[in-house]
Amino acid sequence: MKPRHKKLAVITAGVTALGFAAVLVLNAFQSNLVFFFSPTQVIANEAPVGKSFRVGGLVEEGSVKREQDSTTVRFSITDTAEAIQVVYTGILPDLFREGKGVVAQGKLDSGGIFKADEVLAKHDENYMPPEAALALEEAAKAQRNSLTQ
Amino acid sequence: MAINWYKYASPASFYTLAGKMVPFFTILAIGLLTIGLYIGFFVAPTDFQQGEAYRIIFIHVPAAWMSMFLYVVMACWAGIGLAFNTRLSSMMATAIAPTGAMFTFLALWTGSLWGKPMWGTWWVWDARLTSELILLFLYIGFMSLQAAIDDPRRADKAGAIIALVGVINIPIIYFSVQWWNTLHQGASVSVNQAPTMASVMLTGMMVMVLASWMYSIAVILKRVRIIILERESHTAWVAELRKKGAL
Repeated sequence: MKPRHKKLAVITAGVTALGFAAVLVLNAFQSNLVFFFSPTQVIANEAPVGKSFRVGGLVEEGSVKREQDSTTVRFSITDTAEAIQVVYTGILPDLFREGKGVVAQGKLDSGGIFKADEVLAKHDENYMPPEAALALEEAAKAQRNSLTQ
Repeated sequence: MAINWYKYASPASFYTLAGKMVPFFTILAIGLLTIGLYIGFFVAPTDFQQGEAYRIIFIHVPAAWMSMFLYVVMACWAGIGLAFNTRLSSMMATAIAPTGAMFTFLALWTGSLWGKPMWGTWWVWDARLTSELILLFLYIGFMSLQAAIDDPRRADKAGAIIALVGVINIPIIYFSVQWWNTLHQGASVSVNQAPTMASVMLTGMMVMVLASWMYSIAVILKRVRIIILERESHTAWVAELRKKGAL
């Protein structure tokens, strides 16, 4: 083995070992790297108790209720299996919509209602012009109608 | 006729070759940038949800891709330089770092500008954003370490170690949106599935990606020429250039 080949082998081995170490470390920190908990996890008591944490999911269709004369909003976050009621006072981001992704930070109160002090919209990976979105919606509606008939 | 590639491992002949390539890539970069920005601002339609704000992707996505890709290229050159003691490879690594850092900064900055109106926040500590910030620190660390060591050969070796260790961060950035739940959305364009983006938007973005490639090549070659001159200033061929008034 020439010295430079030996050097290359040492470098390759070093990088591989480091990569392996990184995988182990990331695995160990798996739970700390979670940005938000799903409603199912919260109901299964996997979320931290008495501490502030984040819940993520979709804003349940038809659940958004605004209180009059204030910026307080009530809505439910769902992962289609479970749902959690959220109360939030403040300005909602532009992308906050029913049926779209959302991440709320706050605490669970004793009644099981999530008091949020920050609500962030989570955008999905779809980019299209409004006409295409409309066409997709029409198609989905047509499909639903044909299923019910 | 076979080209003798090893010839261009010598800084003197690569200096001449790079000099011929720079104008070519500069013109391509300017041309593609003009077309890309035109498509991005005038041809591509408004997004159904984000309105005009989505147009950030024409800068943000190419910048983010380049930031990761350039790091891998930089680490490869640094690694080759470390293993085979080839001076030019290490000079290439040094030349790539500032451009990579610029693209990383651009990705973070534009992302932040988009995040405020869309997500409702400038910054969150989710896995994607944090790992991209670490990438910026890796670039800065590489550059400052090299700048702190006077002997260029020793600086190359020390820098190569940082560059190689930091490579681990690249798959973490790329897969962070799949491995963990993050606020950052998943990939709209990936190797193994159809893009979830309207085709005009995609075209505009891809032209901008090509433009960033051409820009990077042009700037990096230009920079490596300067590094070659600096490091080889004691040699006969540089003295020759100086005498001819070519510098």
